[in-house]
Amino acid sequence: MLTYTIRRLLIAIPTLLIIGLAIFLLLELAPGDPMAQVPLTVPPEVKQAMREALGLGEPIHVRFWKWLVQILVVEPLNLIDTIFNTTFAEGKLRIISWQTRSPVMEIVAQRIPQTLWVVGMSYVVGVLIALPIGIISAYRQYSVFDQVGTFVSMIGYSVPPFFTGVLVIVIFSVQLGWLPSIYDTTLVVNDWDSFVLQLQQMVMPVMVLALQTTAQISRFMRASMLDNLNQDYVRTARAKGMSESVVVLRHVLRNSMIPVVTVIALGVPAVFGGAIITEQIFKVNGIGQLLITAIQANDLPMVHTLTFIFAILIVLFNLIADVLYGVLDPRIRYD
Amino acid sequence: MTDQTAANPLPPAPGLDPAEQYRAPRNQWLDVWDQFKTHKGALLGLAFFVFIVLGVTLGAYIWPLDAQFIDIRARNQGPSLAHPFGTDQLGRDTLARMIKGGQTSISVGLTAMALALVLGTGIGVIAGYFKKFDGILMRFTDLFLALPLLPLLLVIIMLFRDRLRAVFGPEEGIFILIVVVIGITSWMNTARIVRGDVLAMKEREFVLAAQSIGTPSRRIVRRHILPNVMSPIMVSATLGIANAIITESALSFLGLGFPSDFPTWGRLLFDSTDYLQQYPERVLWPGLAISLTVLSVNYIGDGLRDALDPRIRGR
Repeated sequence: MLTYTIRRLLIAIPTLLIIGLAIFLLLELAPGDPMAQVPLTVPPEVKQAMREALGLGEPIHVRFWKWLVQILVVEPLNLIDTIFNTTFAEGKLRIISWQTRSPVMEIVAQRIPQTLWVVGMSYVVGVLIALPIGIISAYRQYSVFDQVGTFVSMIGYSVPPFFTGVLVIVIFSVQLGWLPSIYDTTLVVNDWDSFVLQLQQMVMPVMVLALQTTAQISRFMRASMLDNLNQDYVRTARAKGMSESVVVLRHVLRNSMIPVVTVIALGVPAVFGGAIITEQIFKVNGIGQLLITAIQANDLPMVHTLTFIFAILIVLFNLIADVLYGVLDPRIRYD
Repeated sequence: MTDQTAANPLPPAPGLDPAEQYRAPRNQWLDVWDQFKTHKGALLGLAFFVFIVLGVTLGAYIWPLDAQFIDIRARNQGPSLAHPFGTDQLGRDTLARMIKGGQTSISVGLTAMALALVLGTGIGVIAGYFKKFDGILMRFTDLFLALPLLPLLLVIIMLFRDRLRAVFGPEEGIFILIVVVIGITSWMNTARIVRGDVLAMKEREFVLAAQSIGTPSRRIVRRHILPNVMSPIMVSATLGIANAIITESALSFLGLGFPSDFPTWGRLLFDSTDYLQQYPERVLWPGLAISLTVLSVNYIGDGLRDALDPRIRGR
């Protein structure tokens, strides 16, 4: 198991390097010039000097190498500095956003809490709703509950978030006026009233995202439970005279959770990056919204860094899912 | 031996065998259709999808109003006999725009799906059949699966939009761009499934027999392997349509898809959200169209999966 994990980690390094390079080369083709807004009265040689100060104008491989050093060495050092109050990264050049001229990672750090709070919460809620639905649907296969559950999960699977999001805004904000349609990030939760406000503004984005999660995971849970319910060991357990709840919740559920846990792990990177559309609808200023504005403003360092972070997360959680699968299921041996 | 004749593709000579011994040999696709018919949701989905496709293709001839025609006096109207779905802020007829938008959305869905399918099947077959390409092609697939797709789609469209528009014209350029971009980012699952099936198929006796009489690889793949991996390809085709329609709408919704005078369902939904406070009913039509189309395609896929699975069929 350990050798497998180490081997996978080693494979992940070239994968990430290639992805980083691919995104870098893609962004090389970008039209537009960060110096476009500099007044025309500035002489060209000064402009060239400014361009070089931004790290442009050097050959591609030099810039890619510098970017690699920045994201893999300088930024982690800065993280260590802020946590432990050290000065390892002093004087080293960080990745600078072209929009705000401040370090990209600082902006990301400002945006992460909103994304984690809204999107992470929706993932937790979605999983918590999906598991019981999947279990009951499988246990009472073809019952009314199963039919309704399957239909609802099919709807959640098919209706895109930009429609459900807009729909709940129409119903609960425009028609009924119960909930605010815009997520107010400046709200500080310090007493009961502000807590209620926070809950109110979180309900809609969380529910819209949770519907998607629920649809996918409850389908998986149901299929996995159905696979296990017909196995011989279930009949054995019943024949031994075990109560139905022990059979289902202990024997079957534990075995059915194995593939579901890996699916849940695979969905985690989407928590950080995938909620672009929902954040846009409810005006949550999280990571997804940051990416959209960076793309629209042609802020290439920001776009590059964000997509690379997403890629790291995807590779990392793919690895975690595979290792978890091996740890949880003794039949799987990676050797 | 009489049982064996059932597997014989030749029709039985009349009068030679008693009829109760076996069913008359049927086309495999008739069996598939019989099984498909038992899935109510799939049948409804198919009916709805055909209705939508006919609606957006023939609808333009039946409904005479032009999607681009601006009648500023009739702006922001609710549903009426002259405009069954109402009009927008410039007085353009919403039904006509829905039909026009549907043409784009459906054709993006179908073309992008076809592209992804060709790519996925090609890579899957090559990786499964030719051992020396297997490692590299599957690493390549894994690499694509590790890409953050929606951010990359947005970046690619931002970068190439203007260039392709200059070459192919504003509408064709963005159509080609969106179809290609969706196609090259959604072939991976098809490739993996096809590779797995081809690997299993390659070890079967009929392939060995074909190889031993000197059939070239090209013909083995075309005549013996491809027809046998059709069912997973067809199922992923339906999922591909659903995925492509949703992705195109999402791009249009984020303002990075088609221009606003060239309607698609996603674009119509995006434009309607600006008038959410005043005319909330306006988001309903494009939203329902996208959702129901995707829902019907997903149901077709579900039914098709059951119908093409020989273990379920005929039970």
